[in-house]
Amino acid sequence: MKETRITPRITRGNFLRVMGAGAVAGSTLSVLACQPNTNAQQSGGNGGGGGGDAKKLNFYNWSDYVAESTVPGFEKKFDVKVQQDFYSSNEELLAKLQAGGTGYDVIVPSDYMVSIMRKSDVLMKLEKDKIPNMKNLDPDFKGLSYDPNNDYSATYQWGTTGILYNPEIVKGEVTGWDVMWDERYEGKIGMLNDVRETFGASLKRLGYSLNSTDEAELDEAQDELEKQKPLLRGYFGSPEGGDLVVGGDLALAHVFSGDGFSAIAENDKLVYIIPDQGATRWTDNMAIPNGAPNPDLAHKFINYILDAEVGAELSNYTYYGCPNEAAFPMIDEAAKNDETIYPPPEVFEKLEVIEDLGEATKDYERRFTEVKSA
Amino acid sequence: MRGQKSGWSLGLAGLLAPVTLWLGLFFLVPLLLILAYSFGTSGVYGGITLGFNPSNYLKVFDPLYLEIVVRTFVIAAINTLICLLLGYPLAYFIAFKGGRWKTILILMVMVPFWTSFLIRAYAWVVILNGNGVANKTLQFLGITDGPVNLIFTPGAVTLGMAYAYLPFMILPLYAALEKFDPRLKEAAQDLGASKWHTFWRITFPLSMPGVIAGSILVFIPSAGEFVIPNLLGGSRTVLIGNLVQQQFLQARDWAFGSALAMMLAALLLAAILFYVRHVGTDKLEGV
Repeated sequence: MKETRITPRITRGNFLRVMGAGAVAGSTLSVLACQPNTNAQQSGGNGGGGGGDAKKLNFYNWSDYVAESTVPGFEKKFDVKVQQDFYSSNEELLAKLQAGGTGYDVIVPSDYMVSIMRKSDVLMKLEKDKIPNMKNLDPDFKGLSYDPNNDYSATYQWGTTGILYNPEIVKGEVTGWDVMWDERYEGKIGMLNDVRETFGASLKRLGYSLNSTDEAELDEAQDELEKQKPLLRGYFGSPEGGDLVVGGDLALAHVFSGDGFSAIAENDKLVYIIPDQGATRWTDNMAIPNGAPNPDLAHKFINYILDAEVGAELSNYTYYGCPNEAAFPMIDEAAKNDETIYPPPEVFEKLEVIEDLGEATKDYERRFTEVKSA
Repeated sequence: MRGQKSGWSLGLAGLLAPVTLWLGLFFLVPLLLILAYSFGTSGVYGGITLGFNPSNYLKVFDPLYLEIVVRTFVIAAINTLICLLLGYPLAYFIAFKGGRWKTILILMVMVPFWTSFLIRAYAWVVILNGNGVANKTLQFLGITDGPVNLIFTPGAVTLGMAYAYLPFMILPLYAALEKFDPRLKEAAQDLGASKWHTFWRITFPLSMPGVIAGSILVFIPSAGEFVIPNLLGGSRTVLIGNLVQQQFLQARDWAFGSALAMMLAALLLAAILFYVRHVGTDKLEGV
């Protein structure tokens, strides 16, 4: 696996969530209404649903998240042009759609964001007869809680949130979340600056669901996080945590799998594990926003990505988990045998998708503020 | 007696129109919007329903949030004091001893503004991390054996904040001291005052407008700061700025976020009024 091209997407970790937010809070409200478009796009992107060019697909995606052959293959097959634009956080994507910024045909929101987008009515219902390749999706990645009938989305790639560590500092076998509470590594541990992920880790360690809304369970998880805090160097974004392990400031970091693999690509002594008590399983999903200029082509594109061969090429490039069952035989052996990408069934069973909890989001947020103020 | 007509003329109105429009559009309208939002009700998935809902303000008085308010103001006050202690001698030196280097020295104070603040903050991350210049230097000098934790500590936050806001203190101090008539010092010394006395009885009181202006310019942005605690402090503490940001981006509670922002603005206004009144309004004149 070390020789294989590992091209992590810098973005699942919300590249500089701190800073993106910096730009936002600087002019608090207005920005939410019109997030600056950092990714210049051509004129085709501002169609506003006005018919659109039948020969052009506007694909709005995380950066470095398609194989080199993916887009040219589609352009050739259907004799069309694909205009790609990139975003770096789900919130940025949502803000753009809520502000009426259409002009995109296919977007790739993560699990919980699909749920938010469905509830805030920005997604178009998929015409499934136009996506026959939907059958290729692994049943494990169909009908997930955020879209039970796949009426709005089809899984693009998936991954986990686990622990990246440096075995030169961390002694013994690391199997679960307990190591993040180990006093021997005081000042060398970093958790994600993400309320749901960090509470999720604490809940999983205690054997609870990471979508728990049970007050007693949450109290317990919060207590544990307050106990953990003196041992922490800080709460970081996922790519930042990976960099800090590479640089030696951290021995252990809570990261998204892609950032773990990119750290390993820089220093192959590092190890990424999926904790045995279970962890987050996240998915990114293709969807079509309301007002898409070219919904017909969008369906064709989704169908194309779900093709076995195309799907295999995609995952062989991204090195993320491939949700396409038909593509699986064509996945690189090294990746296929890597249990940190495709965990064994007994671990997979313990993975959970983060669900949007609606009102309870505020309760989580308040608890995280309490932890940080402790 | 000649009747002094207040100087309203078409010309003046024409000159004021652009700035009025600017302030109205980009200051007043957003502020009123936040005020309106702060009485609204947040939707579960973002967005807001306007109305009259004072509960957002009641939430502000939660002890957890009050503690954050106090912490923020203490940090901002400490930073203001640090900037004053560092900035005053420097401004004094440039104003009185700068000679023909004055312009260049003042330019050097402003040079950092030529680069984006975020890039400069990241430079501190690079300097202070385990393999950074600071640690390497300490080891080279034999002061430490291995890397020590410099980055993501309260000290790093203090350093970063003082670094970021020091120029805002130096510039008004320099402006106040530069206008100072050196003959006053000579007169005081001729009348038998020691240097120490001259400074505290003559120079410092006359530089008060600069001290006040500089303190206000440093205190306000320090109280709203949230990037530095995240970048250099590892997000270990929450300040009001972080709290506001969280409400908008993570908790999707725009109404509460707006109420917090309004409260911060009101508290800052109160703090400044208190400060100015305490030290003397008249001293602000001349800045």
